[in-house]
Amino acid sequence: MNKPLRRVAIFAGLLVLALLARVNWLQFVQGEELSTHKDNRRVAIGRYAIPRGDIIVGDKSVTGHAETTGSDFKFKRTWKDGPLWAPVTGYASQAFGANQLEEINDGILTGTDDRLFFDRTIDMITGEERQGGDVVTTINADAQRAAYNGLKGKKGAAVAIDPKTGAILALVSTPSYDPSSFAGNSDKDSEAWTKLNSDKNKPMLNRALRETYPPGSTFKVVTAAAALENGTYDIDQNTHSDPVHYKLPLTTDSWLPNPIAGKCGNASMEVGLQWSCNTVFAKVSDEVGNKAMIEQAEKFGFNEEQFVPIRSAESVYPEMDRPQNALGGIGQSSVRATPLQMAMVAAAVANDGKLMKPYLVDKLLAPNLDTIERTEPQELREAVSEETARKLQQGMETVVRDGTGAPVQLTNATVGGKTGTAQHGDKNEALPYAWMITYAKGENGKDVAVAVVVEDGSADREQISGSGIAGPIAKSVMQAIVGKGA
Amino acid sequence: MSSQHHTSTIGVAGAPSRRNTELAMLVFAVVIPVFAYINVGLAKDGSVPAGALGYTLGLGCLAAVAHLVVRKFAPYADPLLLPIATLLNGLGLVLIWRLDQEPSITTDQLGGAMAPGQLLWSTVGIGLFVGVLVLLKDHRILQRYTYISMVVALFLLLMPLIPGIGRNVNGARIWISIPGVGSLQPGEFAKIVIAVFFAGYLMVKRDALALASRRFMGVYLPRGRDLGPILMIWGVSLMILVFETDLGSSLLLFGLFVIMLYVATERTSWIIFGMLLSAVGAVSVASFNSHVGLRVDRWLNPLDRVPDGAGGMGVTETAQALYSIGSGGMMGSGLGQGYSRLIGGIAPKSDYILSTVGEELGLTGFMAILILYGLLVQRGIRTALAARDPFGKLLAVGLSGAFVLQVFVVAGGVTALIPLTGMTMPFLAQGGSSVIANWALIAILLRISDTARRPAPAPAQNPDAEMTQVVRP
Repeated sequence: MNKPLRRVAIFAGLLVLALLARVNWLQFVQGEELSTHKDNRRVAIGRYAIPRGDIIVGDKSVTGHAETTGSDFKFKRTWKDGPLWAPVTGYASQAFGANQLEEINDGILTGTDDRLFFDRTIDMITGEERQGGDVVTTINADAQRAAYNGLKGKKGAAVAIDPKTGAILALVSTPSYDPSSFAGNSDKDSEAWTKLNSDKNKPMLNRALRETYPPGSTFKVVTAAAALENGTYDIDQNTHSDPVHYKLPLTTDSWLPNPIAGKCGNASMEVGLQWSCNTVFAKVSDEVGNKAMIEQAEKFGFNEEQFVPIRSAESVYPEMDRPQNALGGIGQSSVRATPLQMAMVAAAVANDGKLMKPYLVDKLLAPNLDTIERTEPQELREAVSEETARKLQQGMETVVRDGTGAPVQLTNATVGGKTGTAQHGDKNEALPYAWMITYAKGENGKDVAVAVVVEDGSADREQISGSGIAGPIAKSVMQAIVGKGA
Repeated sequence: MSSQHHTSTIGVAGAPSRRNTELAMLVFAVVIPVFAYINVGLAKDGSVPAGALGYTLGLGCLAAVAHLVVRKFAPYADPLLLPIATLLNGLGLVLIWRLDQEPSITTDQLGGAMAPGQLLWSTVGIGLFVGVLVLLKDHRILQRYTYISMVVALFLLLMPLIPGIGRNVNGARIWISIPGVGSLQPGEFAKIVIAVFFAGYLMVKRDALALASRRFMGVYLPRGRDLGPILMIWGVSLMILVFETDLGSSLLLFGLFVIMLYVATERTSWIIFGMLLSAVGAVSVASFNSHVGLRVDRWLNPLDRVPDGAGGMGVTETAQALYSIGSGGMMGSGLGQGYSRLIGGIAPKSDYILSTVGEELGLTGFMAILILYGLLVQRGIRTALAARDPFGKLLAVGLSGAFVLQVFVVAGGVTALIPLTGMTMPFLAQGGSSVIANWALIAILLRISDTARRPAPAPAQNPDAEMTQVVRP
């Protein structure tokens, strides 16, 4: 019987070997995957086992932490002024995960990033607990507050960019939310989360980055850029525009009127910008053609997602037939843009045509405050030539000096801008969106480009105009950067 | 001639008893769990746990008693079996105590702290161990009870089906509860009794089964009438699978029978038959029985979320166990610093105790534990090789085979190598029946090994051998 006994011994050995192979597979080969799996609660437990690193604006942190009891998690995230900063930081909740900067830089904030390996090793040797690093944003606290205060009580968003670097100076979305309200793991947090998610005003939607709006007349800057770049018209050349209305091509009775009477007959693009003439830019867009319009829009960043590093929604200038393309030239039809996108348009014009890649994170700091990574300004592409940019500046500055953009004039800065009142909804019956894009080149050497959009805040249609509602907000943001002046 | 000394299969006459080796190993087997115990205390509270001294003394006493009894009643027994069993039992106690420190899985509804009870059961187990060694002077006595064993085994296996005392836990009906005593898993004892029955039965029938067969396509096919017993066992194991929905016991029973049949008859054809029958049984039951089918599904898609009964989608126990093991990595989080409690309920202490091993002791610790089981089994089969009587050989290989199958089925289930079954990891997992039965199993193996390795009595001096007397009429 010994021969089969030896074989049974080998069989038993093989069974144990199979188990050994299996645990090697689970713990060595699949170990990383399993230990970081999204359903593995250890990830969240580890994330909140230590005080989370902070997100810093200027030289002050806008976040903090508090101890929690009664669950697996030791610490939770807190915010000093949640609704103000939520569009920048996002949330980090024990129960509901994290998003935006809190999610993207989770490794740094929790101290588990590979770039902190050396620090962790030192901590292990000295017996200290793992520490989280900090994230320093490019946000200017004054500009952020100015934009937030301006938008308070309204639905809308504002983005400010430094045209020379692409650094995002303000990023506001209203109505906002307080991420502290659901940062924990209790029933109360759960209630707050459910309530915020079912709120019809969508407070957790980051309108500055993730909502696309018809850009309305602010898009005329892009149309003018396309015409200048393609040599269709010069900025002060007569476009032979109709003074009253424009018949959409290929239609018999679709007429597009002008918002302001008596200024738009045989106007140049500069005058067209100044009085926001629909007849000028619908005609120009049609003459430039859909293909060239798409090309120009894409140079400004349309039809692609931006990563700042938070992902923004894609702004769209699609392929359209002639009448729709003519409407697209005045920012209607299927054209849609995020507030970030329109701020990028203003910034590229202000920066003599060079579009800088927008960014929100200045640098990442190790727990010992060493800089781990710093974002260097980066040119995304040349949106328009320098010559075109100067002509567009001329046009946009005329708008402010002596046109629809007069409310954003500043004494201590050269200001260019473009207003917009975008129709939307079925048969354009919904309250229109008020837009304003501006840039300011301050006497203090600081530049800023701003885009503001306010959703249907007022029941009175006549009240909603870019300059009337969005203008003052843009102005206060610009003042936060270039100073109030005399 | 020295060639005899190289023969490893037959116990060499005059071999050393190796009791001192056993004693030295036992010291490690006690010290290692004690260090583990202190480690848990330091990790959880930063201080040496108050029970450290008591635990050391308790485990030390049990080991000492067991050792002294072996020294007295089975002096030539294998020196590794007792230390390995003690080490596994000791580590099991530490792991259960460590999980008792997690309030979320030690609530009153879940039965509270379980380490004290397990220590008590371990003591009872050692008591049974001592009883077997003292009372069972020779394992061949068991041969007399072949058919009684069969009846007892069938009764034990089918007990959970008796209305009133059978209990359904997690969908498997493998428990019975006796009022006043508590609940137990008769299957744990059944595996020993069955091994006794198979060994006795096959010893008698082996020639008939082995020789009376026809050759067909290179394999020896058994005669129809000899297929009877194998089909009967197959039927019983399927019944267990269908009515108790217990994949583990069914696999254990059938696998055990095939192994012993193969050893008894030395016929490969029996293995082929066994494999075929178990494959047919497993596939048909898996497709018709929802509980078994569900477990197979969990095994194939271990990380999928399933409805949690509260309207949401929950993480399954299988997935939790895999996350736990996977999070251990190479070195583990350290005792007391893992989160295997996330599996929930009392499962981390019983069925899923290995996930705590994986998470807190890491790949290193997990492999060490598996190798300990492997060593224990190989010592058991070594005992079978050394045994000089066919019954002893069959019984030893049967017990070792049952042990390794159980280890494979449990560890394979927890690591999702095979579908999960409701069996407990011998010695490590919480459960009174299991620890008591396995101590008895070790005692029987020690008894067989003692008989096998005991030096043959020196031939009596025969004065007649000196010279031949010629008797003349």
